[in-house]
Amino acid sequence: MSDKHTLTMDKPVEKSLLDSGAQGLVGEALDRVEGPKKVSGKATYSAEYPIENIAYGFLVRAPFAVGRITEIDMDAAKAAPGVVDVVTDFDRFIRNSAQGAVKEAPVQGVRDVVYFGEPVAIVVAERYEQARDAASLVRIVYDEGKGSFDFEAGISHADIPPDGAAPATFEQGNIDKAMATAGVTIDGDWTTPSQNSAAMEPHASIAMWDDDGLTLYGAYQMPSFDRPSLADALGLKPEKVRIIAPYIGGGFGGKLGIAPESVAAAIASKTTGRPVKAVMTRQQVFDATVRRSNTKQRIRLAADRNGRLTGIGHESHTSNLPDEVFFEPAGIATHFLYGGENRKITHDIVRLNRMLAGSMRAPGEAVGLLALECAMDELAEKLGMDPVELRKVNDCEQDPEKDIPYSTRSFTECLDEGAKRFGWEKRNTTPGKLREGEWLIGHGMASAARGNMLQPSEARVVLNPDGSAVVETDMTDIGTGTYTILSQIAGELLGLPIDRVEVRLGDNAFPPGSGSGGSFGAGSSGSSVYLACESIREKLAKAMGVSPDDLTLKDGEAIAANRHVALRDIIDGAIEATGRIEPGEQGEKVKQAGHGAHFCAVRVNAVTGEVRIDRWTAVFAAGRILNLKTATSQCYGGIVFGIGAALTEELVHDPHNGKIVNRDLAEYHLPVHADVPHLDVTFLPERDTHANPLHAKGIGELGIAGAGAAVANAIANATGARVRDYPITLDKLLGSLPPV
Amino acid sequence: MHFTINGTKYDADPDIRTSLLDLLREHLGLTGSKKGCDHGQCGACTVLVNGRRINSCLTLAVMHQDDEITTIEGIGTPDNLAPLQSAFVRHDGFQCGYCTPGQICSATGMLDEAKKGWPSHVSESLDGDIALSDEEIRERMSGNLCRCSAYPNIVDAIREIAGEDA
Ligand code: FES
Ligand code: FES
Repeated sequence: MSDKHTLTMDKPVEKSLLDSGAQGLVGEALDRVEGPKKVSGKATYSAEYPIENIAYGFLVRAPFAVGRITEIDMDAAKAAPGVVDVVTDFDRFIRNSAQGAVKEAPVQGVRDVVYFGEPVAIVVAERYEQARDAASLVRIVYDEGKGSFDFEAGISHADIPPDGAAPATFEQGNIDKAMATAGVTIDGDWTTPSQNSAAMEPHASIAMWDDDGLTLYGAYQMPSFDRPSLADALGLKPEKVRIIAPYIGGGFGGKLGIAPESVAAAIASKTTGRPVKAVMTRQQVFDATVRRSNTKQRIRLAADRNGRLTGIGHESHTSNLPDEVFFEPAGIATHFLYGGENRKITHDIVRLNRMLAGSMRAPGEAVGLLALECAMDELAEKLGMDPVELRKVNDCEQDPEKDIPYSTRSFTECLDEGAKRFGWEKRNTTPGKLREGEWLIGHGMASAARGNMLQPSEARVVLNPDGSAVVETDMTDIGTGTYTILSQIAGELLGLPIDRVEVRLGDNAFPPGSGSGGSFGAGSSGSSVYLACESIREKLAKAMGVSPDDLTLKDGEAIAANRHVALRDIIDGAIEATGRIEPGEQGEKVKQAGHGAHFCAVRVNAVTGEVRIDRWTAVFAAGRILNLKTATSQCYGGIVFGIGAALTEELVHDPHNGKIVNRDLAEYHLPVHADVPHLDVTFLPERDTHANPLHAKGIGELGIAGAGAAVANAIANATGARVRDYPITLDKLLGSLPPV
Repeated sequence: MHFTINGTKYDADPDIRTSLLDLLREHLGLTGSKKGCDHGQCGACTVLVNGRRINSCLTLAVMHQDDEITTIEGIGTPDNLAPLQSAFVRHDGFQCGYCTPGQICSATGMLDEAKKGWPSHVSESLDGDIALSDEEIRERMSGNLCRCSAYPNIVDAIREIAGEDA
């Protein structure tokens, strides 16, 4: 029998067992435990399961943006070689992908089309090539309707959504008055384009049915949510659906909720009686999954002559489909990053017939800080102040909006350490004036901040008398390092070498985990493993006749009261325990966030406007670092996302129909090897007792927060040109470069 | 049709339109090679054909019946990793792992190209020996996208192995 050991974070956990573990695993820079499989092609991703009698599904999509389908003529497709069937379901096919952490079905029904490329049917054939070819033979007859495609025009009648990750609107004091009376002000609009998560693995599902219901191998980040969501879409009880996702080729938000291929594959499999594999093409991923919304952000800063902020305004317009409540919470970090009594932070949605907007890595901070942190840089310039100093002057003792303390805040320390490591005192201080040959050199910095979250998460741990352990949860590892950190936590707390711990993830057959999203995965799922291990330790202590505090576990032995005893001599059979963490009042009583600072050096070609990044230093503080190696990699990933946002990434929508014009990896420009220099990433030691029993905070998104702004500020420093419209491509710089 | 992959002979009956990548993944169960774009834009599908790296999504299987094809499965196994594979693990040259087989096959081909003295866009001269600086490695690996952005660590892993070979 398994006990469930539950902890609700209603008060801080002052003492973490991780600090008294004897195995020496947590915090180390250990290699990923699943690494050998990944580097040898033996990690199995969702499209890769060998299944008997499988048929291939290929999605058919609407060749128009808005309207109603009157007929789908399938005759030619059905007659094509190898075609098993052409399947649609006007009621149950999903129109929009699901948002993250949602247990209900997303918007269903595809007779009505609301964005270009909406999936409306699926061709099933013996072979992939046959399905792909036949899909081009399906003829869709429709009455075209009128859509909205113009973002600027929609701003005048934008709507105020319900609160989301951030409040939709917030006001404190009077920003207009603060602006009118301030010594120095900044007031400007920044724009950021739609973006795509562009995980290297496209969305893919293999669906198969048996008497127990549906099994779906799917590339999904949050199986404990995606299961009920998919079940709801299909009219099933959640127990009748099992999602299996042990390896996921990247997510970055794009795979939080179920996407169209899952329901289409499930229905097609039911209809044809065959297992169906539906892999989205890269173009389909761009057209018909989820994007980060474009934004227009007005930033107002009011400051006194010493740089102390008296007011911050951050008013954002973002876009989404008519049925959707999600908004890109661009002002989310503005709520807590800097002081200033007068504040206004709003988010309005412009309703557009563009593919669903949802969460992409650091929804909110990722684009919000592209605006706020550049405005801060402009303010520093106006004041004639060191941009680092300006940030430090506006560091706060407590949350500037609520009367609550920060759980931890090493913000100033990050700024100081980063400045030191980068050599900030030697920076170029005259914009446009430092030149080497045809290159203009610039230095820039920006702050990083990302709120920390906790989600309910459960894990089962089994300790065997032979000194091995198994951890099971339907939590995922999307490249974040979950396999490794859960192995480390279990090994540390149970006193086992890391290779004696097996972690099984991404299967609804295991206890429901938090899933990967919002940087809460490590803290939430790690805590569930911690709690299960704590309960096992109590049982071992009891068997030894000592108190748990007096028990040391190391290398498969229990050490207490001067005795060393092998586990097999204490327990006859396996001990099993389930741990469950729940968010509690600590989420409200303190403000929890990770902080940091980015510093970078760029070169801008004085003739062409080409931007190269030469050097990068970032310093972060985010509670305990569980694995120095995987944590550093997470920050690299975030920083490079920031580089992409600053310089190249932009989904271009056709103004006539919202269609994404550059819907592949040749036209949507991700950073490549040649765009990324060595990155110097440092973590400051911190423990957050309010966050969870691990004392760790999320880091998967902290790295992107502010990163792009550091690039933009460095470009401004190099050239003297302030481009407020991202990405900063050469064409936008060319006109404002100093004379050659 | 007959194919030689990682030294093993395979018989298969792919469609005439089947790419080399889909032959591997869908017909032969060699799913180590990944599909990220199917259009030659990401490098996830990189394999070695007669020792040279190519995007296997951009070529038809039917064209490769007389070729020696090496995929990630032929480079090393979890219990017997090639030095480059171990270096990727040590340097954390991957996160999700999806681009990784392509990166490793590409780097294997790239190291050979450099050894043969093939210049790149950033090489100082068109002939003579190539010293694999970080800039050279980055340039030569830029056809392999990694959205997780393990780039700095991939360069570290490749540099270590390039140094050993030199
Ligand atoms: S799958 Fe071949 S290059 Fe992307
Ligand atoms: S490791 Fe995920 S794309 Fe490279």
